[in-house]
Amino acid sequence: MMVIILVAWVLGEAMGYGSGWIMTALIISLLVNLGSYFWGDQLIVTMSGARPADRKRDFDFFTVAENLSMAAGNPKPKLYVIDDTAMNAFATGRDPQHAIVVATSGILTRLDRRELEGVIAHELSHIKNFDIRLLLVVTVLVGTLAFLADWFLRSLWWGGRSRERNRSGGVMLLIGIVLAILTPLLATIIKLAISRQREYLADASGALLTRYPEGLAKALEKLKGDHEVLEAATNATAHLYITNPFKDKDFGAWFAGFFNTHPPIEERIKRLRAM
Amino acid sequence: MPVFLIFGVGIVLIVLFVWSLYNNLVTLRVRIKEAWSQIDVQLKRRADLIPNLVESVKSYAKHEKEVFENVTKARSVLMSARGPHEKAQADNMLTGALKSLFAVAEAYPNLRASENFQQLQKELSDTEDKVAYSRQFYNSVVMEYNTKIIVFPNSMIAAQFGFKSEEFFAANEEERKKVEVKF
Repeated sequence: MMVIILVAWVLGEAMGYGSGWIMTALIISLLVNLGSYFWGDQLIVTMSGARPADRKRDFDFFTVAENLSMAAGNPKPKLYVIDDTAMNAFATGRDPQHAIVVATSGILTRLDRRELEGVIAHELSHIKNFDIRLLLVVTVLVGTLAFLADWFLRSLWWGGRSRERNRSGGVMLLIGIVLAILTPLLATIIKLAISRQREYLADASGALLTRYPEGLAKALEKLKGDHEVLEAATNATAHLYITNPFKDKDFGAWFAGFFNTHPPIEERIKRLRAM
Repeated sequence: MPVFLIFGVGIVLIVLFVWSLYNNLVTLRVRIKEAWSQIDVQLKRRADLIPNLVESVKSYAKHEKEVFENVTKARSVLMSARGPHEKAQADNMLTGALKSLFAVAEAYPNLRASENFQQLQKELSDTEDKVAYSRQFYNSVVMEYNTKIIVFPNSMIAAQFGFKSEEFFAANEEERKKVEVKF
């Protein structure tokens, strides 16, 4: 957060625009993301081609979600099923009153009830911890930076600021150029790091809900063994899923760790077992 | 003048504290009541499933009279139980009786294969989960409330307004273990 504001300030100074432009960038970014905040949930469901869950047909999914909401003291979220044999699940919605949990039919058929409880508890924890809201804030700030960096590079191109060069301008300009290039990268890394931390948190709060961390641990083991790629997932929705839907084969280097929305499954299982 | 002012501010602060604590405790008490009615609903649902279950087992295993009697008795005890403690005990008794009923059912492959029986079994184990989870929620709210009325400055005020600690809905050891079972 501090980093983002600082970067925004340096860019603003270097451009000689002052804080007015930062505000403008912030507002645009905010508007774009508010749209996705209020209507995004429905959009995601439509995009992924999900059907509403049915108590009879998806008995375990339906009742487990019902039970866990009861334990959490939240209303039952709307439930959807994607008919896809890949194993995955995700939650979205800005608060517990507008929550949606989506699971693939693959995960529903291949997990037993206790494992499914672990997974659903993880998803409900994302909702309860307001991760969707947090990610919105992060996305807005990251978006602001992207706008600023973009404008900055353009302003250089058109030589817009040559008239108003001042004493600190030279240094600021240099820092500005470097930041403008690094910013999108940096912003993405920050966003993903937050996303990974929230995964651990959701694992832990999920275990608190079911009082049975082994359920999620075993579910994750099964998910690890599943190498099918979920077709309905896109880059925009990847951070919502319980495991990375793209299954980045193994460019398993340390570097790749920075660009994952999810922490490694082995590490998550280890932490669950240690509870 | 300053002394008077300090005194006044002090009184206002105390009044605000008492006010917010009182509202807080009342809210918690309502939530406990609601959580309790949730458990109650599930216990009732569980009791409602029993006659069907007994009927469906009876049609395959007529001779196991004792088992049926135990289950029916445990059910009626649960139906007439009052308050968390009594209900928890009755519920545990019913769990024990049902266990022997399912043990009997094991011996009848036709019964186990019957769709009706499977459906009832699924509904029943879901209801048991629901009891367990609503109990978890109830107990956590009760704990929050009970703690709030016994910690220091609160305890004086709570006693003045007649807030009493609420009862937990306890699970017995047997049932705790059951949750760990893998199937």
